[in-house]
Amino acid sequence: MFEILSKEMLTPIICRMKVHAPRLAAAAQPGEFLIVRADEKGERIPLTISDFDREKGTVTIVTQKIGASTADIIAYEQGECFADVVGPLGQPSEFVKMPEEELKKQRYILIAGGLGTAPVYPQAKWLKEHGVPVDVIIGAKTKDLLIYVDEMKDVCDNLFVCTDDGSFGFKGMGTNMLEHVVSEGHSYTQAVIIGPMIMMKFTTLTCKKLGIPAVVSLNTLMVDGTGMCGACRVSVGGKTRFACVEGPEFDGYEVDFDEAMRRQGQYKAEEAEVNEHHVCKIGRGK
Amino acid sequence: MANRIPRVAVREQDPKVRATNFDEVCYGYNREEAMLEASRCLHCKNPRCVTACPVNIQIPEFIAKVCEGDIKGAAAIIAEDSSLPAVCGRVCPQETQCEGSCVLGVKGEPVAIGKLERFVADETLGHASTTCAPANGIKVAVVGSGPAGLACASDLAKWGYDVTIFEALHKAGGVLEYGIPEFRLPKDKVLKIEIEEVRRLGVKIETDVIIGKTVTIDSLMDEEGFKAVFIGSGAGLPKFMGIPGENLCGVFSANEFLTRNNLMKAWREDYLTPIHAGKKVCVVGGGNVAMDAARTALRLGAEVHIVYRRTEAELPARREEVHHAMEEGIIFDMLTNPVEILGDEKGWVKALKCIRMELGEPDESGRRSPVPIPGSEFEIDTETVIMALGTSPNPMISKTTEGLEVNRRGCLVANEVGATTRPGVFAGGDAVTGAATVILAMGAGRTAAKAIDEYLHQ
Repeated sequence: MFEILSKEMLTPIICRMKVHAPRLAAAAQPGEFLIVRADEKGERIPLTISDFDREKGTVTIVTQKIGASTADIIAYEQGECFADVVGPLGQPSEFVKMPEEELKKQRYILIAGGLGTAPVYPQAKWLKEHGVPVDVIIGAKTKDLLIYVDEMKDVCDNLFVCTDDGSFGFKGMGTNMLEHVVSEGHSYTQAVIIGPMIMMKFTTLTCKKLGIPAVVSLNTLMVDGTGMCGACRVSVGGKTRFACVEGPEFDGYEVDFDEAMRRQGQYKAEEAEVNEHHVCKIGRGK
Repeated sequence: MANRIPRVAVREQDPKVRATNFDEVCYGYNREEAMLEASRCLHCKNPRCVTACPVNIQIPEFIAKVCEGDIKGAAAIIAEDSSLPAVCGRVCPQETQCEGSCVLGVKGEPVAIGKLERFVADETLGHASTTCAPANGIKVAVVGSGPAGLACASDLAKWGYDVTIFEALHKAGGVLEYGIPEFRLPKDKVLKIEIEEVRRLGVKIETDVIIGKTVTIDSLMDEEGFKAVFIGSGAGLPKFMGIPGENLCGVFSANEFLTRNNLMKAWREDYLTPIHAGKKVCVVGGGNVAMDAARTALRLGAEVHIVYRRTEAELPARREEVHHAMEEGIIFDMLTNPVEILGDEKGWVKALKCIRMELGEPDESGRRSPVPIPGSEFEIDTETVIMALGTSPNPMISKTTEGLEVNRRGCLVANEVGATTRPGVFAGGDAVTGAATVILAMGAGRTAAKAIDEYLHQ
């Protein structure tokens, strides 16, 4: 059992939890993810690792209420336990294995959309700790959906925040923000884009236009997360790849986003049915 | 005289009824039936059935006990060689092993050894009385809680070793849990209890630990004090055909389909994991996994076709499974090979484009190889395509362990007793052979256990 040591709601639908998972915390690297199964009847839900503390044996996860299973996860309280937390899964970010010489030449721009801000955090933190120049763009629909704004300031050189409706920071989407930042004279050797599939698709196009190589982190469907089921298959450069073991990060220029978006919605009909009938059973009789 | 009694038929759920539920197909023998069937055994001096059994269960001896009505005695004899008799009595291909070499089978029907094993195991389930040697304090790690790992761990625990099994998934059992459906192997009633028996020997099972990711073989040996490791990580990676349209929505690996249904219990309304079968399903392949996927889709309400490129005679699945599938109404499209999956405007499967095949010259395996008939392409309308083409070992462990060699098929290289190219690391089961059977994996686990015992006493 994996105990929840702390819980805070970052927005009305986004929740941050610190979970005791010592083996996982000891092995975690930026870019990797984990799987949570809340209870015996729950789904295995892949979530990004938004921080880890090897000494305390904890991992931090950020979950947004999307369907029945994520609603169950965020209904857990401090002191309660998840049935299963397993990982780390996937490959660490490319920069983790990059030779120092090469790393020193890089200037990173990390572009986060909505919930994607959480996994961007450990990447920025790692780069900052290793003395690599790193700027961050956080984008959200509106002010209430922005997360990690304060935390991010400490782990990057320049933070740019934008909202679609202009309720906070720059008015516009991440793509507009990026073009604006570059037009002001900032230049980058590498972009990392994490957010909803559609956001990653269009931000990749903007990066391409600006000539910045772009890595994206794909949040595909998966069951086991270890290469067993193949639900996560994506076409990258015309080849089928498994996001769970070969990803989740891929060269954005090569990803077939339209196919990835269709595949992500494969169980929509079944999920709609569940959401309609699902009575959140967490809180179990309280 | 015993010869003249015909093989006692086993009672089964009516095909029409069972096609709509996940309850077990076969009811098994009752005591009377089992004793009658046991009386057919000739108790050969040189029992060929024992040699044909990958774990060498003393078959005539346990059957003799059944004849006497001493079921506990029979169970004790089986337990000497097998830690999962209720599982093996259900899923072993007895027709090619013990029963396949039964003398009675030469002129008539062999003794129903599998059904007798199952009866003995079910009667005594949860009441094993195996004793272990005194603890020797030596730690051995077992990777994977499937048949190979469980068999290896059981033997080592009986000999006094301190054994921990590491399982990547949230439940122990490996393919027995995620792959084989409830209607062939009930999880709570049978599998769970046999795994509990392994735990009662003192074996610890740590779930949610992925060797190669959460921890490595090196850290187990260098930092956690394990003196030897057995890798029984199976063959978990699904194969696809590499034809156009395989990434359309509605195309699944049999692994995904079965894992959703079995491990995640998607067939039950109270479990949250979704599964998609639709009205019509084509399962590509002819092995046991194909039969399992097809019969699962049928129970979820679909019309199901098995699409296989050779003929019924070459189907690699067990005869019993093919027979059950046919009885339940699965449609077999033989000498048919998919060439493309066609999608609709929304990216969902709408048809499977196939070509007719004919059998040509025998290939290396001795089976006549299928050859496409030019111009014979046709389409089968379908909502779902399930690929059941076999599996290969997961490279996660070999890639993260120095000195562990794999062959060109991705299987771990191990000698006849399971020793790998790295000292202290042993392996067995599908991780070494590629996808095979439960009982062969158990046999390999036991052989490796012996080798580990010798290695640690050098």
